[in-house]
Amino acid sequence: MADIALKETRGKPFQNLFDRVFHGTTWFFAMLVLAILGGVIVSLLDGAIPAFRTFGWNFLVTSNWNPVTEKFGALPAIYGTLVTSAIAMVVAVPIAFGITIFITELCPPWLKRSLSTAIELLAAVPSIIYGIWGLFVFAPFLQETLQPLLIETLGEIPVIGALFDGPPLGIGILTAGLILAIMVLPFISAVMRDVFETVPPMLKESAYGLGCTTWEVVWNVVLPFTRVGVIGAVMLGLGRALGETMAVTFVIGNAHRIKASLLAPGTTISATLANEFTEATGEAYISTLFAIGFILFVITLMVLVVAKLMLMRLQKQAGN
Amino acid sequence: MIINRRTLFGALMGALTIASLPALTAPAQAAEISGAGATFPYPIYAKWAEAYKAKTGTAMNYQSIGSGGGIKQIQSKTVDFGASDMPLTTAELDKSGLMQFPMIMGGVVPVVNIEGVKPGELKLDGETLASIYLGKISKWNDAAIAKLNPSLKLPNQAIAVVQRSDGSGTTFIFTNYLSKVSADWKSKVGENASVEWPVGQGGKGNEGVSAITSRTAGAIGYVEYAYAKQNKMTYVLLKNKDGEFAAPESKAFQAAAAGADWAKAPGFYLLLTDQPGKDSWPITGASFILMYKTQDKPAIAKEVLDFFTWSYASGGKMADDLDYVPMPEAVVKMVEETWKKDIKDASGKPIWTAAKM
Repeated sequence: MADIALKETRGKPFQNLFDRVFHGTTWFFAMLVLAILGGVIVSLLDGAIPAFRTFGWNFLVTSNWNPVTEKFGALPAIYGTLVTSAIAMVVAVPIAFGITIFITELCPPWLKRSLSTAIELLAAVPSIIYGIWGLFVFAPFLQETLQPLLIETLGEIPVIGALFDGPPLGIGILTAGLILAIMVLPFISAVMRDVFETVPPMLKESAYGLGCTTWEVVWNVVLPFTRVGVIGAVMLGLGRALGETMAVTFVIGNAHRIKASLLAPGTTISATLANEFTEATGEAYISTLFAIGFILFVITLMVLVVAKLMLMRLQKQAGN
Repeated sequence: MIINRRTLFGALMGALTIASLPALTAPAQAAEISGAGATFPYPIYAKWAEAYKAKTGTAMNYQSIGSGGGIKQIQSKTVDFGASDMPLTTAELDKSGLMQFPMIMGGVVPVVNIEGVKPGELKLDGETLASIYLGKISKWNDAAIAKLNPSLKLPNQAIAVVQRSDGSGTTFIFTNYLSKVSADWKSKVGENASVEWPVGQGGKGNEGVSAITSRTAGAIGYVEYAYAKQNKMTYVLLKNKDGEFAAPESKAFQAAAAGADWAKAPGFYLLLTDQPGKDSWPITGASFILMYKTQDKPAIAKEVLDFFTWSYASGGKMADDLDYVPMPEAVVKMVEETWKKDIKDASGKPIWTAAKM
């Protein structure tokens, strides 16, 4: 491509020079992104190596966290990160889907624009605001309403009752998951709305013409057409949920323990970093924090890879 | 097309030129000192800096990045002084060629949320407090608590333990106290800016601890004195080393500092927890300043010490207003003696000799 472009402009010295400069500049900025990413990985790994050396593979499966004796295990933080994100996804994806269907298919035109803007504004709220709101408003609300209800109903059932055991503290894994759901909702919904609007009206009109209901149109026409984009939206939300820091730190209870109950306090990787990095002294401690940062990086990378693989499989199926 | 490209090119070059401008015009200003470290004393350091600048024109720039960060920054000499809520041991100081001195004090106050118990009504001693935080005492009507509070009717209610989740000097002072008064705590948990808590849940910052404590029936937490006072929280009385029950007040912290034997603490390595004195509050702590003994830039070091001299002499009222506790005069004298003795320029001449007031 570049060769062709250069041939075409031969004989016009200034343009030729300009093209080269422009070409080089774009290369430079594109490579800069890769260099920064590589730098992040290298410095994270460099900081984390002492911890990985000291604790070995046990680091991933032990759950003690003792800054005094400098014995660390990352399991509670990894567990908390995955569970809160899972709760967020379970709650947020169906709601975002519903909101998007309403906006794109059912909403009266006069409401459409203001509703879309409102959802985008939700995405603009800083996470610290969600944290403070979660701590002072949302957690007490859950403590008085949802949590006692869960304990009395689902908590009584054998097996899954263990998930809703213990006193209603207000804060904890469940609260963190719900806050995350609210936070990722606008991201998922905004992207879904954009991809839903790429469906050619002709397809939808034909389906309606055949007598399909709105649900059938969405489920059988819109969704298959936009599958890739919808998965992208969900992954974007998941990525944000995995890395979210401030709001989670305020409402998760920050205990380095794994309890079966979702109502118990826990911690996540990013919450641990936010809590402990400033006052961490001692090489092993700091290195451990780098190590869990690296683990978070790997988890996020894995999510991306899985998303890509899923997309590739879907495209293959569509091809057949 | 060509015009478009030219415009684009021009815009690009223009942007590059603008971006490189600040690097070329580095500001050259007189008398500016910088420090970094502990978050606990930040409000009072900022207040002093503001007043000092108005008076002398010397600006003090303090970044409250945490004690750990403060120690790292002074070691890499990116700041003129570091600040830490934990004193460094003499061995650590000598290794880096640093010296330290206490600058300001504060206290940590246990607060509770028990129905019918008003501020200052509940009495605890160190051993009981440690047992609560170890999970050995789990009900408010436990015999150990009842023995200390014969006149108080305590409910048969589970104790919800709350602690600071973020690493902080407050936690360090609190766990240092528990380690001093309970051998069990010392061996099982120990002291640090964050520890492995046997029970309970963590709130971020004073506001997090206070929010959880005030919302959970039967909760006990610990916060900085200023925070407990300004929010009128239900503080407890603590038995001090002399066996008296003390209330968390400015004079009780000063009593702890006065009762402490600074003269026998090399490098001011002294923690003000569990100090003797009839009125002294047992969980008192000082925040420390770290400086190099041999100064590469004596002129700046002198500015720094002048600032601290002024803060010791004229900053007491401001400290009181913000519910910090100024250092007692006797300790200030000792600190100033140490400056004369320890802080020198490259040729070995003392940098600071007397207060210029």
